Amino acid sequence: MLSVEGLRSKYGRIEVLHGVDLEVKSGEIVSVIGANGAGKTTLLRCLSGVQPASGGSLMFRGDDISKLPAHRRVGLGLAQSPEGRQIFTNLSVEENLRLGAYLFADARVDKDMADAFAMFPVLKEKRNLSAGGLSGGQQQMLAIARALMARPTCVLLDEPSMGLAPILVDQILEVVKSLKSLDVTVLLVEQNAFAALSIADRGYVMETGRITMSGPAAELIADPRIREAYLGI
Amino acid sequence: MKNLSPKTITLLALVALVLVAPLFFPSSFYYRVGTLMFINGLAVTGLVILIGYAGQISLGHAGFCGIGAYACALAPVHLGLPPVVAMLLGALISGVLAYLVGRPILRLKGHYLAVATLGFGILIFMVLSNESWLTGGPDGMQVEDLGLRDLLKSLGLSVPAAQVWYWFSGLVLLLGALLALNLHTSSTGRALRALHDSEIAARTVGVDVAYFKLMAFVISAVYASVSGSLLAMMNKFVTPDIAGFLHSVQMVTMTVLGGAGSVFGAITGASILTALPQALTVFHDYEHIVLGLIMMLVMIFLREGLVPSLIKRFSRRQG
Repeated sequence: MLSVEGLRSKYGRIEVLHGVDLEVKSGEIVSVIGANGAGKTTLLRCLSGVQPASGGSLMFRGDDISKLPAHRRVGLGLAQSPEGRQIFTNLSVEENLRLGAYLFADARVDKDMADAFAMFPVLKEKRNLSAGGLSGGQQQMLAIARALMARPTCVLLDEPSMGLAPILVDQILEVVKSLKSLDVTVLLVEQNAFAALSIADRGYVMETGRITMSGPAAELIADPRIREAYLGI
Repeated sequence: MKNLSPKTITLLALVALVLVAPLFFPSSFYYRVGTLMFINGLAVTGLVILIGYAGQISLGHAGFCGIGAYACALAPVHLGLPPVVAMLLGALISGVLAYLVGRPILRLKGHYLAVATLGFGILIFMVLSNESWLTGGPDGMQVEDLGLRDLLKSLGLSVPAAQVWYWFSGLVLLLGALLALNLHTSSTGRALRALHDSEIAARTVGVDVAYFKLMAFVISAVYASVSGSLLAMMNKFVTPDIAGFLHSVQMVTMTVLGGAGSVFGAITGASILTALPQALTVFHDYEHIVLGLIMMLVMIFLREGLVPSLIKRFSRRQG
């Protein structure tokens, strides 16, 4: 589905990704874990096209997307829920969702919106309120629902658990897990390593702009080095 | 009332205002002030699209007013075009120029964008005041009237010029407001407001941010151009000051005072700041100071502008 080879990216002159290789197969949930500053968010930004890559190749469903601008990648079925949620705070909840389906103007938009409301009933209650008034957890739900409105085959989720109460983290992760049944492939980036690996099929560990370990999520959870460095056990 | 959308309410309020206001006009001077309000309101409605919807600032929109105004001054004389066609020509030139200038400029953000647009405005002003062989320089030049009054006369209607202008500019303002309000709820408007909130998120949902910024810039330039044309034709005279920095700042102040995100608010802002100098002629020498003071007070106490802040306060009290 998504294959990344030797991806490099810079902020100004400083290179932060030094050749990242990564593969996401259709139907998988893949988690990238790593400490703050490891380059996880930059990786996702490169994938969605918000941040330019300075080297390497990006293939999505057989197409080279490395030269496509961000708004074109969405149309191919690669949607992102960006870091810090980035919902449109001055727009209503419903308008946020409609923007998620910005590229479409057909009857399915309303159906998808009904599905989103079924997934997150609290959003339905607040559909006409401004999204800035939502709580952190609700904003995260909205960010995920908005990404799903783009009819993605693959979603990129950046730190969906960030700043949320533990009970909300579980709730959000349940939703991420359930995306599998909707045939949506997930690439998840998380600092919350245990939570991210517990719902994933495979995982990658990122350190200072490189992938240092990878493997099935269950193996990574069991790995003593990871247990020590990221799980605090 | 509950079933009416905010859009319909705004439009009805504007129509009512245009229709009812003349009942209270004691003299034709008030028709003139009303016309000025509508013309300024039109330019400001364009800025609502740029500033309020898309969140981009421009301190050079008077430049487009200048282009519209001088198109009406020059085209009838040199090209023999009727004034209405000259106005459309001006709008076309402004739109194309906004497109060309906007492409590089709109990559900038915040104060960089403000300074770049400021430079553009000054450029237009300089050209208009220095090319005196064509524009008459700082002394300005005569502008042909729109000819509406003559048209009405030939139909057997004798309407005073001030009233003709009042109704005509009111109509143009209503059209402009209708377009802007329709844009607000359209998917284009949603895209503009989305990029205002978060450019990154807008890109991740598939909005071509650069294109929509440019579109807002071009649309607002056309609004400014038409308003400049109307102003020149009403005054039958134009000087380069119409493209000057002060005029740009006035327009932004009007937009922000009333509420950049709301068409009705911005038109209210335009009306207040048009009427104020007429009412406070004693302040004439201090007009800039008063403008600056108003801007500061609004920024401190009513960040969202007069109308949206008051609506919010009112509905909170009710709810």
